[in-house]
Amino acid sequence: MSKKQHYTITVNGKEEEFLAEPRELLIYTLRERLNITGPHIGCETSHCGACTVTIDGKSVKACTMFVAQADGKDVTTIEGIGGPDNLHPLQNAFKEHHGLQCGYCTPGMITRATKFLEENPNPTEEEIRFGMAGNICRCTGYQNIVKSIQAAAAEMSAVREAAE
Amino acid sequence: MKDEVTSREERIENLKGMGCSRKRVEDARFTQGKGNYVDDIKLDGMLFGDFVRSPYAHAKVVSINTEEAMKVPGVLAVLTAADLAPLGLHWMPTLAGDKQMVLADGKVLFQGQEVAFVVAEDRYAAADGIEAVEVEYEELEVLVDPFKSMGSDVVLREDTVDDAGKPVDGAHGPRKHHNHIFTWEAGDKDPTFEVIDAAEVVAEETMYYHRTHPCPLETCGCVASMDKVNGKLTLWGTFQAPHAIRTVVSLISGIEEHNIRVISPDIGGGFGNKVGAYPGYVCSVVASIVTGKPVKWIEDRMDNLMTTAFARDYWMKGRISATKEGKITGLHCHVTADHGGFDACADPTKFPAGFMNICTGSYDIPTAFLEVDGVYTNKAPGGVSYRCSFRVTEAVYFIERMIEVLAIELSMDAAELRRINFIKKEQFPYTAALGWEYDSGDYHTAWDKALKTVDYAGLRAEQAQRVEDFKAGKTRSLMGVGLSFFTEIVGAGPVKNCDILGLGMFDSCEIRIHPTGSAIARLGTISQGQGHATTFAQILASEIGLPADSITIEEGDTDTAPYGLGTYGSRSTPVAGAATAMAGRKIRAKAQMIAAYLLEVHDDDVEFDVDRFVVKGAPERFKTMKDIAFAAYNQAIPGIEPGLEAVSYYDPPNMTYPFGAYVCVMDIDVDTGTTDIRRFYALDDCGTRINPMVIEGQVHGGLTEALAVALGQEIAYDDMGNVKTGTLMDFFLPTAWEVPNYETDHTVTPSPHHPIGAKGVGESPHVGGVPCFSNAVQDAFRAFGLRHTNMPHDHWRIWKTANELGLHG
Ligand code: FES
Ligand code: FES
Repeated sequence: MSKKQHYTITVNGKEEEFLAEPRELLIYTLRERLNITGPHIGCETSHCGACTVTIDGKSVKACTMFVAQADGKDVTTIEGIGGPDNLHPLQNAFKEHHGLQCGYCTPGMITRATKFLEENPNPTEEEIRFGMAGNICRCTGYQNIVKSIQAAAAEMSAVREAAE
Repeated sequence: MKDEVTSREERIENLKGMGCSRKRVEDARFTQGKGNYVDDIKLDGMLFGDFVRSPYAHAKVVSINTEEAMKVPGVLAVLTAADLAPLGLHWMPTLAGDKQMVLADGKVLFQGQEVAFVVAEDRYAAADGIEAVEVEYEELEVLVDPFKSMGSDVVLREDTVDDAGKPVDGAHGPRKHHNHIFTWEAGDKDPTFEVIDAAEVVAEETMYYHRTHPCPLETCGCVASMDKVNGKLTLWGTFQAPHAIRTVVSLISGIEEHNIRVISPDIGGGFGNKVGAYPGYVCSVVASIVTGKPVKWIEDRMDNLMTTAFARDYWMKGRISATKEGKITGLHCHVTADHGGFDACADPTKFPAGFMNICTGSYDIPTAFLEVDGVYTNKAPGGVSYRCSFRVTEAVYFIERMIEVLAIELSMDAAELRRINFIKKEQFPYTAALGWEYDSGDYHTAWDKALKTVDYAGLRAEQAQRVEDFKAGKTRSLMGVGLSFFTEIVGAGPVKNCDILGLGMFDSCEIRIHPTGSAIARLGTISQGQGHATTFAQILASEIGLPADSITIEEGDTDTAPYGLGTYGSRSTPVAGAATAMAGRKIRAKAQMIAAYLLEVHDDDVEFDVDRFVVKGAPERFKTMKDIAFAAYNQAIPGIEPGLEAVSYYDPPNMTYPFGAYVCVMDIDVDTGTTDIRRFYALDDCGTRINPMVIEGQVHGGLTEALAVALGQEIAYDDMGNVKTGTLMDFFLPTAWEVPNYETDHTVTPSPHHPIGAKGVGESPHVGGVPCFSNAVQDAFRAFGLRHTNMPHDHWRIWKTANELGLHG
């Protein structure tokens, strides 16, 4: 046990202040301290991506970061991506194209996909498969996840074009 | 209440009943991060428990000192076997009739075994406490090889011998050796041996189906909360069989069953991992009783891979005989089954090797004999059905490899060899040599469709050309055409021969129709991603004529759901799906009487039509199910009780036998051993199809798990019993990058004994997929003399195969 420190993290637009041991992993800060249970835990060794969040514009596996490293940063989780009244196109596409089964990988998967589509708004299938390879799904075999991301990409680019 | 006039087609569409690709109702909450998995549960004052685990695979536990651990801030208790013994809970029964240590009772039998349970205010304090527990071990000789174990003087389990050191009988009969668990036989030994010994052609092969693990993305865990005021225990957990868990907890704890409530919340994948009862559950319950607070236990990934529920680990020796023309005459299979330190297989009681006796496969084999020897070793206990129905994966792998080996022996095409030996359509129901009665099938049609779709002859021509080019030095890549045709046996099962711990394997559904024409149905099963809330509502919609969107499906809470044996072995659709249809039919029968009364005609003068009862010959006179529901609660009808509810407990008359034909086309780089799956075609026949979208999703997922097992996934041990693949760094889970796109197809041969003709599909792709991927690899090297090589076919092993065949020059 080490001495508790004072941290400030912005999560889904809300500033959170608390005392915690620096060794606490960010995923536990989110899940247990802040009750944000969308991001899940599948390995704690940064292999599965179930814990994926966005920090200062980058996809990060929250099981691989200490709370101390997240101090002062801006964190977005699945809860900040869209809700009942403002579904993100990816959330909709995953449902439409059966991109999930048990749902355990889904929050991390969609969170990663939001970032991926920002990096590459019109990806090929190969690029999707490569860009999403940090997120493991045990249920779907990925085929419909790829389809969901393709569908969301198409919808988002149609919206962009209409806006231009 | 008349509804607006719509066409019959529109009315059918409105129901979203069977056969339509209804979108899943589960998805809204999962895509928004609002699932409720066990680790999301947070209760007031909840504590966290975690295990001190053995670093040794076989050792005496000389002493455990918990003094320092108790001084760690936040640690409240440390449980050891000595604390559990007075309650009789230091050992627990396994599903296989054996018993297992909850906490090390004087010795440990595998690496990672549970030694002490530290209960603390949070995970970090528990981890600190674990560090501070001092355990003194005395190492013993380690047995990781079942053949060595069967010849060793070392007694792994003291309870297997009497005072004179002689083996005593186990749960399934006499032991051949003190480290032997059981022998199980099916079929006729002497006639089979006679046929094989006298046969024109015999192919023999020994194959090892390696140990692996279901590894769902969510690990196992639970929260136990003992309310001392009202004496009730609530146990949330990742349980594939919540009712069975309740009964087991009651039997071993002595808490009356009505005082136990077991709840399976959302489950992040199961694949067989979450069927059994684990020490973590027992310790959490005891810790909650001791501390008076809720206690959570969640495995980390290493705990999961190293301790709960391995799968496979079968050494299979086969002999198959045939005429010169390729007609199979006999089959013999001997299995040495490595069960680890405790026999914790999750099989129906009478089947210690599961349904391994389906190993005659899809073929009309007149005589066969199977014998299985279970053996203790210093490995983790388990032996669960990883995405399969009780060892069917092993059985299908065995026969589909034996067919390939026989084809080599006969210098015959393996597709043709299968075709001339298939059970014919007119032979169903077909009684196989090892006893099962296959319900229905049309194998030739499925096979022809598959081979035609992939242009089988074209593939073989291309392959022959590739071999020539390779020999001519024009390419370093070989091409494999993997075939498999599988018959599954699922839907356990008839209570007369299937039970687990004495609990008959029926399942159940209870339906309540609400006055305004919506409904809730509760089942004894539990979804782990299969989408029950979506598909069971579709069955009901078609049966009772209310829209699926107006039907809530609820599972997993033993206080509200009817008793059932849970979800594994593809039993949900065959058993609980049947119960759902039958309960629906009870609703419909009562609705018919109500409709007749309302329409002022005799019961026999109305008939069901999609969503209503109509007067025969006068379709303009009808009452919709909505009208009927309202009347059931609001009108006094002479001779009929108010309300509209039904419950059905369904004991299936037989198993169901889904089947399928798979083809995999693979390129292999001879110099690196890498594989490239160019095409995968999967034709599944699961009988009546409830939701094609969900079926397709199941096929994609099952094939991907098959790819993993065939091409790299394993739980490997070194000679000291150290687990070499205990993290996702070494344990292969395919990512989107390694997985191909799959082509799915189907034929429909309904089950004749199932109320809606459905057979179940969730496991077929895994069962049929593993041999298909493996056959593709092995087929690539057939032209160079390869007969058989064991899985997993990772790059290194494939490179080695190529090297041994002299292909590296
Ligand atoms: S839990 Fe963070 S990557 Fe698996
Ligand atoms: S949906 Fe279950 S792990 Fe992806």
